[in-house]
Amino acid sequence: MKTIFIPSDSAAVSVGADTVADLIAVELAQRKIVAKIVRNGTRGALWLEPLVEVTTDQGRIAYGPVRPADVASLFEMNFLDGQAHSLRLGTSDEITWLASQDRVTFARVGVIDPLSITDYEAHGGLVGIRRAIAAGPEEIIAQVLQSGLRGRGGAGFPAGIKWKTVFSTSADQKYVCCNADEGDSGTFADRILIEADPFTLIEGMVISGIAVGATKGFVYLRSEYPAAISQLNSALDIARVYGLLGKSIIGSKYAFDIEVRVGAGSYVCGEETAMLESLEGKRGVIRSKPPLPAIQGLFGAPTVINNVLTLATIPAILADGATKYAQRGVGKSLGTQVFQLSGNVARGGIVETSFGITLDVLINEYGAGTRTGKPVHAVQIGGPLGAYFNSKNFGISMDYESLLAAGGMLGHGGVVLFDDSVDLAKQAKFAMEFCAIESCGKCTPCRVGSTRGAETIEKIIQGIDILANKKLLLDLCEVMTDGSLCAMGGLTPLPVKSALTNFPEDFEGSAKK
Amino acid sequence: MNFPAWSKDSAITILLPLHDKQGPVLMALQLLQSHFGYIHEDSVALIAQEFNLSRADVHGVLTFYHDFRTTPAPENFIQICAAEACQSVGARELIASAEKRFGCSIDSQGSELEIKSAYCFGNCALGPAVMVNGKLIGRATLTGIEEALR
Repeated sequence: MKTIFIPSDSAAVSVGADTVADLIAVELAQRKIVAKIVRNGTRGALWLEPLVEVTTDQGRIAYGPVRPADVASLFEMNFLDGQAHSLRLGTSDEITWLASQDRVTFARVGVIDPLSITDYEAHGGLVGIRRAIAAGPEEIIAQVLQSGLRGRGGAGFPAGIKWKTVFSTSADQKYVCCNADEGDSGTFADRILIEADPFTLIEGMVISGIAVGATKGFVYLRSEYPAAISQLNSALDIARVYGLLGKSIIGSKYAFDIEVRVGAGSYVCGEETAMLESLEGKRGVIRSKPPLPAIQGLFGAPTVINNVLTLATIPAILADGATKYAQRGVGKSLGTQVFQLSGNVARGGIVETSFGITLDVLINEYGAGTRTGKPVHAVQIGGPLGAYFNSKNFGISMDYESLLAAGGMLGHGGVVLFDDSVDLAKQAKFAMEFCAIESCGKCTPCRVGSTRGAETIEKIIQGIDILANKKLLLDLCEVMTDGSLCAMGGLTPLPVKSALTNFPEDFEGSAKK
Repeated sequence: MNFPAWSKDSAITILLPLHDKQGPVLMALQLLQSHFGYIHEDSVALIAQEFNLSRADVHGVLTFYHDFRTTPAPENFIQICAAEACQSVGARELIASAEKRFGCSIDSQGSELEIKSAYCFGNCALGPAVMVNGKLIGRATLTGIEEALR
């Protein structure tokens, strides 16, 4: 039977995928054509959404972006047989934007039916968990260490070392917590993965549980992602029935189950210790470290905390071998990174490639520049706490170390483009304002410094004592960087200082403009 | 958006499944808000009593998180993403024009319609992102918001 794939991804739906799906179903009924509609996740080429695919002898033929008004003509031109149409993109595997990527973590994203465990297994799912069960905890941890996998949430801490610490800490109860509080503006990879391939995350968490000796996992998922919450809960139900969760994981001696807990609109809860507090149902106030969560984490128990992308990469590492994963990348940044292109970008979406791709290739070859067609003036990498770069930095290699050396950070892999209408003084002020809104309030540099910072930048914008206020601002940045307890206050100076350094012309008092 | 009126008895029933959960306060507030549309003033004492905590503990959680509201939900609720990726494609201007069109300022309370700033729906490649009564709109315009309200 003919299968039609129409993404159910939130982003695709936000530009009409549900309407397109409804209209296609109506046309099928009217034309008495029997075909199966699968609501897959997005392949990540968000600029082509809604991307409709049909199965043919030549493979899956893609059409996009399909607006509701295009549906009738697609049927008239016989798209079900893969025939010509102005929206025809060829087979999905031929779309260069997608074909040139190296999909590891996102191998199944957009390809499979997200809630079909049969489809999941047919596309390489469950190989990792079977190998993990056969290998046992120590060998799993050795593989994760050997893969060089580092935390994809932003901190970049080696996942294997964290797991080893939890493994070596004896306790009656241990936990695996997945941080899915993807609050950085310009990032959406966690959301897309959960909506498109939730079993990969579940499999990764179960493997982690087996490795460290934990029997319970939590996913802390943000309330801004309602579709991901319901998708993950559905997937968990299916996984329990299948035996991927429960008292005996696919017939083995290991037990594991996962509970979803939802955030409540707080950015700082993406910080791991604030997340633990929030998971415990409390105010999302950060904890001082030590003790490390790996030793004393959720409800005081040893806890693995990893980002969605970190955990979702585990099944592939176990399935294909650590060496194969570690062959990708550069220096100490091994494997692939799921970059997310967004903002004022012509072709935004998910670009998964090995570390070491240049920023220029990302924004100009994949992104095709800005959506407005003006030159790319500024790029913010790594979310609201990430640096703003100008065009002189576009040759930079996208990996942990190079970005750090350039005065920035990779963060969760978000790359946000701005055209020349952006005012970097305003953006710097926003960074401080955002910190003031979202600060948990525990430490003074963050709680008070952010408000003073926003006021000081406003004075600069107004042209008041520019030189003195710049000096004051830099001094404040130093206090926040060195004196804050966590990355919220500690990294807010990054966008501020990079804006000052890379776009000094915007800090001359806008009254002159 | 229609919600039932506050009732202590139904609140107690709603909270029943949480009695075997560790750290139930945040979930308790979320369940009550999703049912009644807001956190009624009696909720704090009720949750404290149900889970054997101090009212201060519950009040602290209630006031920490941006999602909670202590006044009844408006008929229409518009959340506009005000974060960087959406700023780069005109979120600030969209907020200004929505404020003008609907005659209310962002992040202030109303009974008919409220506009609230949000920080990221994960739709950053198709911004500006707006959520109208729970429905996400990509490449949002004022016209798009008006259509979603109909």
